[in-house]
Amino acid sequence: MNNKKHHFRNVYLWVLVAFTYIPIISMIVFSFNSGRSLTTWTGFSFVWYEKLFADRDIMEAVLNTVMVAVISTIVSTIIGTLGAIALSKNKKVFRETVMGISNIPILSPEIVTAIAFFVFFGAFAIEKGMTTMILAHIAFSTPYVLLAVYPKVKSLDKDLVSAAYDLGATPRQALFKVILPQIKVAIIAGAAIAFTMSFDDFVISYFSSGTMVKNISIYLYTLKRGIEPTVNALSTIIMLIIGGKIIYDYVKSGKNKVEEE
Amino acid sequence: MAKSGNILFKNHNKQKGKRNLRDVLGLPYYIVVLVLILLPFLIMILYAFSSTSDGTFDITFSLSNFGKFFNEKTFINTMIESLYLAALSTIFTLLVGYPLAYFITKLSRRKQVLMIALVTSTMWVNMLLRANALKQIIDMISPSLMGSNFVIILGNVYMFLPFMVLPIYTVLAKLDVSLLESSADLGASSFKTMTKVVIPLSLSGVISGCMMVFLPAATTLVIPKYLGDGKRFMIGNLIENAVIQKHEYGYGAAISIVLGLILLFFMFLLKKTDKYDEVLDYEQ
Repeated sequence: MNNKKHHFRNVYLWVLVAFTYIPIISMIVFSFNSGRSLTTWTGFSFVWYEKLFADRDIMEAVLNTVMVAVISTIVSTIIGTLGAIALSKNKKVFRETVMGISNIPILSPEIVTAIAFFVFFGAFAIEKGMTTMILAHIAFSTPYVLLAVYPKVKSLDKDLVSAAYDLGATPRQALFKVILPQIKVAIIAGAAIAFTMSFDDFVISYFSSGTMVKNISIYLYTLKRGIEPTVNALSTIIMLIIGGKIIYDYVKSGKNKVEEE
Repeated sequence: MAKSGNILFKNHNKQKGKRNLRDVLGLPYYIVVLVLILLPFLIMILYAFSSTSDGTFDITFSLSNFGKFFNEKTFINTMIESLYLAALSTIFTLLVGYPLAYFITKLSRRKQVLMIALVTSTMWVNMLLRANALKQIIDMISPSLMGSNFVIILGNVYMFLPFMVLPIYTVLAKLDVSLLESSADLGASSFKTMTKVVIPLSLSGVISGCMMVFLPAATTLVIPKYLGDGKRFMIGNLIENAVIQKHEYGYGAAISIVLGLILLFFMFLLKKTDKYDEVLDYEQ
């Protein structure tokens, strides 16, 4: 009986892992197809990878995506972290009001937030493009950084900061030498959230960037002639990077555990 | 708070410096919140309630944008269909995801980490790339299915399964094993333990999972684009069409607000079930 149960459990788990990965694996396989077809295999080749790096539109979209993600991550991490530190010392009413407002984009459906930005930029006649996309990304990722950092700031030992002041530290020294080093991990986590959200974002970017500037998602969505194998090649590269990172984290976490034991 | 009072007495000047610094530190965040979050939402509401049709802003109050929406049958129908498909998708994702999360908690610690990583790692991959991957597989197996309700729901399940599994797993993993043991000791069958102990106690995870699936499934642009075969339009596509192609700012804003309110109402209902059951739990 018990054995049968285990058996069913394992089958179920593996079926769902297969369900998750078969489309991805198939896409990776067909990125090496020599022919144009995405469904019939004609032979192995790297031709789509060559085409990918020669395709200026795709390369520009990749560059835009990375640029927007890097800039918005840096800006939102700094603003969100400082905001968390400032808010933790503010009055409750004020803090809750600010946090309530910053929750609006987190709780709203993405498309509603996207339309808000679209109308907002339109109302002030700001021409949509790279700048507006970066502004929108800063707007939606800063609250996430705050959410990641705030609990850590809140749990900081207040005596440490007081001690720093008593020992003659300036406010600036207290911030850089005492507060920031202690919340480093939370800041990195916040930055990682901001970066992936920006890198993967489609809906908000689409409505806030006009028609000229495209990130990877917008490029894919607005592709007129349908998906080409070059896109599979790009997906494969992106997925290998993400997969590598996840495996690295997993192995590292395992090693840490072994060391602890 | 009491502590800072003490310091205030001891060291007036430094306290002042601290306060100034605190305000300066927070300033960029407050600007982001006011200018880049609150203001866009306020302007969207203003636009929805004005007679503006193009980009230029008109201050006269008008409900014409809402009236237009409620008079157009296609819009209402699309809205209902989108919500219906999203609800079905949420139910199927739950039916698939709950056992998955449950079974994972039964594995060894190390395998749990691996399994959760395997199931949720796709969350970090761009939605459009994943939808495209799924489209290719369906094209390979049975292209005639494209555009059907079945494929739309399958697509939602595929996309949003990790968002269902993660919160349920988190709650189940924290579940006190002794509760299950005592349930068995008191003579409950494993089925009864499941329905009377495990499921009620994991309800908060189920509810946040459902929210995280229902919201994006109801508003998705990507699924109809890749799996709709050019003939499926969901509410997101209609908003996109009004705003991007026709530049009807006020109209787009009005639909977004109606959609937002409807979804808010659904979220409210879902949250409500949670609280109700919590009360029941205590009573029992």
